[in-house]
Amino acid sequence: MLKDQDRIFQNLYNDKGSDVSSSQERGDWVNTKEITDKGRDWIINEIKESQLRGRGGAGFPTGLKWSFAPKEVGSRPHYLVINGDESEPGTCKDRDILRFEPHKLIEGCLIASYAVQAHVCYIYIRGEYFVDGQKLQAAIDEAYEKKFLGKNAAGTGWDLDIYIHYGAGAYICGEETALLESIEGKKGQPRLKPPFPALIGLYGCPTIINNVETIAVVPTILRRGGKWFASLGREKNTGTKIFCISGNVNTPCNVEEEMNIPLKELIEVHAGGVIGGWDNLQAVIPGGSSMPLIPKEKCETLTMDFDSLMAEKSGLGTAGIVVINKDQDIIKCMARIARFYKHESCGQCTPCREGSGWMWRMLERMAKGDATKDEVDMLGDVTNQIAGHTICAFGEGSSWPVQGLLRHFKKEIEKRNNLDPIVQKKNNIPYLVDQHLLDKKNA
Amino acid sequence: MSLRRPAKNQPDSFEFNALSLEAANSIIAKYPKGKQQSAVMALLYIAQRQNNNWIPLAAMKYIAKFLDMPYIKVYEVATFYTMYNLSPVGKYLVQVCTTTPCMIRGANQLVEACKEKISENECELSNDKSCSWMEVECLGACVNAPMMQINDDYYEDLDKQKTLDILDKILNGETPKPGSYRGRLNNEPENNRKTLMDLKNA
Repeated sequence: MLKDQDRIFQNLYNDKGSDVSSSQERGDWVNTKEITDKGRDWIINEIKESQLRGRGGAGFPTGLKWSFAPKEVGSRPHYLVINGDESEPGTCKDRDILRFEPHKLIEGCLIASYAVQAHVCYIYIRGEYFVDGQKLQAAIDEAYEKKFLGKNAAGTGWDLDIYIHYGAGAYICGEETALLESIEGKKGQPRLKPPFPALIGLYGCPTIINNVETIAVVPTILRRGGKWFASLGREKNTGTKIFCISGNVNTPCNVEEEMNIPLKELIEVHAGGVIGGWDNLQAVIPGGSSMPLIPKEKCETLTMDFDSLMAEKSGLGTAGIVVINKDQDIIKCMARIARFYKHESCGQCTPCREGSGWMWRMLERMAKGDATKDEVDMLGDVTNQIAGHTICAFGEGSSWPVQGLLRHFKKEIEKRNNLDPIVQKKNNIPYLVDQHLLDKKNA
Repeated sequence: MSLRRPAKNQPDSFEFNALSLEAANSIIAKYPKGKQQSAVMALLYIAQRQNNNWIPLAAMKYIAKFLDMPYIKVYEVATFYTMYNLSPVGKYLVQVCTTTPCMIRGANQLVEACKEKISENECELSNDKSCSWMEVECLGACVNAPMMQINDDYYEDLDKQKTLDILDKILNGETPKPGSYRGRLNNEPENNRKTLMDLKNA
């Protein structure tokens, strides 16, 4: 287990209060000027050395992302945008940072803004977190009062203004370009990439977009050194991470732990074990609902980091772990996730808009046992037609969980659904069925 | 995609009151000159707060003029985002999360409680017109499941009885205390804390 002094978010459970004076006791705002005095290149290099990867789901190296910002500010100003549109089912880590560790985030914003030469920073918070957003706003006001923000912020010589922008209940706005559209006052429909936001982003200006957790760990990394951060976890999967363990466990919780921690340790030690005992475990969704589930057999030895989960054809995503035990109907659970994606598709690309609803309807029928044999393969077909054929990664996000279900629980679906298809294949009268269906067994 | 339609009965006109006007102007100041369209989402919220929790078409037209942008663009935004209520929802809007992490911890009991106390169907006003409920997608409090949101506040770690009690209070015009209803501290593991022990005991 990670030592307590190596935990970055000391106030994760709000034992101490989130105001500026107690934050300063925890080390925030102590020597911000010393950090920025070392210069942009030092900051970016230190972040690169720490091998910090974005905490929002995709795991892109943060130092590299910052280095994409233009070196000289041209006619267009630079912007820093913080993504706090946390809506992935199973994930609730950013909320705790917004309400209990706001000064880590604000200080991180100042340092990151300095590194990418932005004078304005927008923090995008999902509309449902209004109360938590108000707490962050109170912390921002406090920071202005103490001269940590505004002109010559915290004595660093850098001017920075931070504004909060509330979303209004659209999951898709967590996608970085949809988020920019939303800040511009439009529907949250993702943009085509390239051009990438680092060059053409908010209002057509260079924009760096980072997750709340990514930015909030930056000040601590720079204080304790990139080497310290890189010494935790393993190569390319370094540092600490807030894991959210929800679902059928005895004590669901958020906990900050080292990367590459065994999944079993997280569940047994921190979350108090699976309800009904470890043998009652059915499957685990390891990184928020978009990531394919992992069956019990593999959970025994699984370690939680980006690359080891990738090797299991899943992903760390946002590290929102949803534990599903054998009392639950796994097909129903996935049908509910499919309904989530059907509801949240922005409607821009046809495969996703139509396919997400199609998957949901099929899974609902499969949960009831009302589907025909051939529909199991058809469901797989639909997921393949969505993934990779959309503007943004929502297409993958909605089809991966279904693919995961098919990969590990196909037998279960087939056992429950063995109705014969309405149209039977008859080789001797091929004109009765569509020709393209003939190569399937039960067209 | 979610299908959303404006209400049939619409008021003829809408205008910001003094309080809303002040809030609207301070929001517009957050964005660069000429980019006042960015404020549309916040202004829709302000209109919603002023107009008893829902946004009439007249308010969209008013905001379009206010921000110097086409009406259809405001309409697009108001119908795209699900937190803008396009028809009356009552003073208290109860939103029950029923996405998988809440579902497997018994969110259906919360739905039952809402059906008993408020109305048989979702998005339907209660008898005294003060309250309505709906199922929503993940509200981002998964380790506190099952949970619901009433207006701005989160009510966490619920079961059927606790939900009934909360709804009783709401229907009597009281505001119940938000947060966890099993008495645990925020997101800590209940009676099983193994981290940050010094702080806990301090």
